[in-house]
Amino acid sequence: MADGFPELFDIRSFGRAMDQGFNQIVANYGETLEAIFLPVLKALVMMEKVLLWLPWWGVLLALAALAYAASRRWTVTVAVAVMTFCIGVIGVWEQAMATIALMVISTLLAVLVGLPIGIAMSRGKRMQAVTLPILDIMQTMPIFVYLIPFVMLFGPGKIPALLATIVFAIPPVIRLTNLGIRQVDAETVEAVRAFGASPLQILFSVQIPLAMPAILAGINQTTMMALSMVVIASMIGAGGLGYQVLQGIQRLEISSGLMAGLGIVLLAIIFDRIAQSYGQRMQKSLKLES
Amino acid sequence: MTQTYKIRVENVSKIFGRDPKAALAQVQAGMGKDELLRQSDHVLGLHDINLNIRAGETFVIMGLSGSGKSTLIRHFNRLIEPTSGRILVDGVDVLTLNDHDLRAFRRKKISMVFQKFALLPHKTVMENVIYGLLVDGMAPALAREKGADQIRLVGLAGFENHFPGQLSGGMQQRVGLARALATDAEILLMDEAFSALDPLIRHDMQMQLRDIQARLHKTIVFITHDLDEALLLGDHIAILKDGVLRQVGTGPEILMAPADDYVARFVRDVNRARSVTCGALAVAGQPQGDLVLDASQPVEAAFSALAASDLPIGVRDGNGQIAGVLTRATVFQALARA
Ligand SMILES: Nc1ncnc2c1ncn2[C@@H]1O[C@H](COP(=O)(O)OP(=O)(O)OP(=O)(O)O)[C@@H](O)[C@H]1O
Ligand SMILES: [Mg+2]
Repeated sequence: MADGFPELFDIRSFGRAMDQGFNQIVANYGETLEAIFLPVLKALVMMEKVLLWLPWWGVLLALAALAYAASRRWTVTVAVAVMTFCIGVIGVWEQAMATIALMVISTLLAVLVGLPIGIAMSRGKRMQAVTLPILDIMQTMPIFVYLIPFVMLFGPGKIPALLATIVFAIPPVIRLTNLGIRQVDAETVEAVRAFGASPLQILFSVQIPLAMPAILAGINQTTMMALSMVVIASMIGAGGLGYQVLQGIQRLEISSGLMAGLGIVLLAIIFDRIAQSYGQRMQKSLKLES
Repeated sequence: MTQTYKIRVENVSKIFGRDPKAALAQVQAGMGKDELLRQSDHVLGLHDINLNIRAGETFVIMGLSGSGKSTLIRHFNRLIEPTSGRILVDGVDVLTLNDHDLRAFRRKKISMVFQKFALLPHKTVMENVIYGLLVDGMAPALAREKGADQIRLVGLAGFENHFPGQLSGGMQQRVGLARALATDAEILLMDEAFSALDPLIRHDMQMQLRDIQARLHKTIVFITHDLDEALLLGDHIAILKDGVLRQVGTGPEILMAPADDYVARFVRDVNRARSVTCGALAVAGQPQGDLVLDASQPVEAAFSALAASDLPIGVRDGNGQIAGVLTRATVFQALARA
């Protein structure tokens, strides 16, 4: 019973004011924002087109090459090639390409935004104290809540799907960049300071390279979270594998849902293998070198 | 008078902890290091240090582990800022330097070898050695040329493209040495720079350092645990205990006249016959016999002559003048004080 709960402020009118305020933002800035994100939309559509224009074996070779470059191991390369092949076999190739495009672009943007935030966080206690709780909230807030403002601003479509994915997936890059830089040996940093390195020189010649394994782990997690967002993002127009899952629910077809689900799993394993083996190789070479 | 000193340390105290100023007041009221730690969880790093280091000399800092040697040497290039006091380098208070000037000071004037090497693990030996040069904006090709010279000097030719993790501790230490020498700084801070070297290489490095010193007249601040090394290299030696300076003097001064019990125990086991010079023991008198020794020779050189005869042996100073004599009695008395 919530009867008699002290009413500290009028939550209803507060809510109304908030909604009105946001509506105002949508009315005033909606178009500007759309214009700002137009290039992003173009990039996303372009990437999707290229992936679909390429013959399937072209994409397969590209992914295998990426796997080899990252791991320098044939087992990983072959595994990635086989799994990519399976995506075609289960009949979800086109949807998978759309999902890859969304995932890659949103991960790229998340890294682009997340790295500087993580670096800023690593430089001061206060910045960290402010940012950490925000990240906690971002990660525990149900994902659906993010969809509301973005859909209001942009209407259903790829852009709100992309932005919601970024917001959802960005915390690991930020966290691990911060952590990685903080874990760099203090005496090593002190040594370069003793040689008169400026803060920027310290950052780029020592802190970021030595934090790289942690940063890569963060990017990997971000990729995985972006992928896990695709089903929900498809509810507001992201398309791709998620949309097929959604159709499976609507039409009560277990087969189409299952195949699309399998496709997502395969993509997750492929990108995880590539990122992990690259991270491991870097870690090993850093160990050898330290 | 200020001008002849390269580095002056004036009333420097350093306390680690949350409220150093308050803790410093307690220390000034007479509280010791242990008590301070127990009562307020502050560590007394240094207490009221005063030092004058001359241009072109090798100044050695000694003391047991935890006595504050590394803390003190880090004040000279302001890696650590004192809780109170001043550090003057060439008459300039380093604490007044702004960021830009401080960086220039560290790039050009002062360089450092670290106790735990502190090499960059992701960079090769060559890249480590020329790091300071590149930071200062030197062209990479020229820097590599200079770097190659330094690498050869420390005996690591052929390892240019190895990573620190692929080298032994002693080799890593020499990379740190080459890195510090590469910038041609006038002041060299060396925090136990030779501690990880084996005796042979260590001796080589000591000789090289003396050589560098004789040629280039750098001002070297050298930390060591090894009294023999201190006596070999140091023009002056400072002895620290629990952040307090117990004695500063030349090697023979400290050996022959320890300021207190602690210093006396510290220097007890040293081979005085090898470290004390004839000059330090010479007393006024008329030499007899043919043998004349140089003031700079170790007392050891007089042993066989003293064993053979009772006559006073002449000691001549740097100009060839007779400065005094050694007798069997004075030498035995001096060496017996253990
Ligand atoms: N950053 C720090 N925070 C707190 N205490 C410190 C810090 N740095 C040094 N100390 C303390 O200051 C004292 C002196 O340390 P320092 O490293 O200068 O000793 P040291 O003489 O160089 O010893 P060693 O011979 O083992 O290298 C020690 O008690 C140490 O615990
Ligand atoms: Mg030390």
